[in-house]
Amino acid sequence: MLRDSLILAKRSVIKMVRNPEQFIDVTLQPIILTVVFVFIFGGAIAGSTGEYVQFALPGIIVQTIMFTSLTIGVNLNTDIQKGIFDRFRSLPIARSSPLFGAVLGDIVRHSIAITVTLLFGRIIGFEFPTPWWHVAIAVLLIITFAVSLCWVSVLIGMLARSSGAVQGLSFLIVFPLTFGSSTFVPASTLPTWLQGWVAINPVTHVIESMRGLLTGSTGVVGDTVTGQVLWVLASCVVLVGVFFPLATWAYRRKI
Amino acid sequence: MAAAIEAHGLIKHFGRTRALNGIDLTVQEGRVLGVLGPNGAGKTTAVRILATLLKPDGGTAVVSGLDVVHQATAVRRTIGLTGQFASVDEDLTGTQNLVMIGQLLGLSTRQARARASELLAEFDLTDAAGRLAKTYSGGMRRRLDLSASLIGRPSVVFLDEPTTGLDPAKRDDVWEMIRALVRQGTTILLTTQYLEEADALANEITVIDHGTIIAHDTPRGLKRQVGGQTLEVRPTDVASLPRVRELLIRYGTREPDQPAPDLLSVPVTDESALTTVVAALAAERISVSELSLRLPSLDEVFYSLTGQPKNDQTQNDQTQIDQTQNDQTRNGAAA
Repeated sequence: MLRDSLILAKRSVIKMVRNPEQFIDVTLQPIILTVVFVFIFGGAIAGSTGEYVQFALPGIIVQTIMFTSLTIGVNLNTDIQKGIFDRFRSLPIARSSPLFGAVLGDIVRHSIAITVTLLFGRIIGFEFPTPWWHVAIAVLLIITFAVSLCWVSVLIGMLARSSGAVQGLSFLIVFPLTFGSSTFVPASTLPTWLQGWVAINPVTHVIESMRGLLTGSTGVVGDTVTGQVLWVLASCVVLVGVFFPLATWAYRRKI
Repeated sequence: MAAAIEAHGLIKHFGRTRALNGIDLTVQEGRVLGVLGPNGAGKTTAVRILATLLKPDGGTAVVSGLDVVHQATAVRRTIGLTGQFASVDEDLTGTQNLVMIGQLLGLSTRQARARASELLAEFDLTDAAGRLAKTYSGGMRRRLDLSASLIGRPSVVFLDEPTTGLDPAKRDDVWEMIRALVRQGTTILLTTQYLEEADALANEITVIDHGTIIAHDTPRGLKRQVGGQTLEVRPTDVASLPRVRELLIRYGTREPDQPAPDLLSVPVTDESALTTVVAALAAERISVSELSLRLPSLDEVFYSLTGQPKNDQTQNDQTQIDQTQNDQTRNGAAA
């Protein structure tokens, strides 16, 4: 099954490279986001662009990965519509291989996005004050979170009628999660009611963990970095615990 | 000779609709069964069950001696499926599509490459091998899809409306490929909406409608049942229609249909009817702009088999009268 999943992961990587829209999502988009936020809003929010890039880059990585992890539902939905899944299903492979192939393909996608953002960040002045293995943990942590979150997208992709609907629904979920967090501004500057949401939003903890691991910041929302990381791992467990069974149920029903 | 496909009493519901209402299908090894029926008759559902893509709600099906529900993975090793809509990946090249499927079938990368180039050559796609499938024409895509079904050298191949949407020249190409498969000893189950196609390729034809089998016969037997070929006459002058009608009643097997305002058609038992009618038209000095002999269309097949048009269209009084007369004629003939 692993071999089949790898063969199908290769397919999904080839498709990503061939499909300019999806390739831009993981290359150009994080760069544009970084430029827009750091150079346009940076001065206003943090007083200087140099300080702001340290603050915003971890958040931009998280946001990019969040959006990328939701394309899996769109892709699976398209594959089913186009009939290519019938082909896979008529082959003597495990029914779950196309699903795990897509997830593996996504990990490649995430790695590209993270590498591009970190490299571009470095070019415009992002500094890595923490030891290298903190950076490695940060990368692993965000990929783990993305792979946990992708089951939400798989579920939507299996239930929605068209890939357009999958996209729309996914955005409805991602927007409050990413913007209702400390991605771009310190949580203390937000109105109290919003601070309440930000504090329980798992994405906030992902971002604070990333900040802690990449820049050594002790975090704006309470906890220590270790505490934040544990929060993230706990939310991964909850996401997988709830959405993995639902998503695989919907997938099996459809496949 | 053993049966390569054997299905008994297949039932499938989709919500409240009964897509299959107890269907039996048997295909002997190396033979071709044509399943003929209109859209929504249950052809695709039957194929999907036999190809392990759907589980039946009732009945049993055995393909290559293996149960399609309990031994689905083993069945998948012996079958090839070409769906109604070409299921190849548009973002991959022809070669990449075939190599991927070869690998998924357990071939090594090298074996998969060899098999892919072999099939691409066989299906005349070598020049397009490196191009993305989305740039292929409809006919090329169908050929790529067909070659994808054949990578594992399946002994049973399902072809779900393999020529729907293809122009006549491309259709002939696909027919030739199907005949080549038959020569290699492959068992084929083919669904189609055209009697002509089933007649050209199949050893036996099963006609289904609303999930039920309404006829099963050899092509020759079925053509006899539905009145052989159909003669069509379009007189140059519409005023001579009544005289043409009388003439056709004399030589045809039943009351002529009027598919268009200036066109009459009637089933005939043998091809000599064409010469007889031509002579009679000449004798009566009726000039015609069109005169042809063809196999009955699906509508006519259904009309002959069930006495009902295949769609529940609103009918005008004339066709209803025709239908009653037709029923009487057939009842009379049967008695």
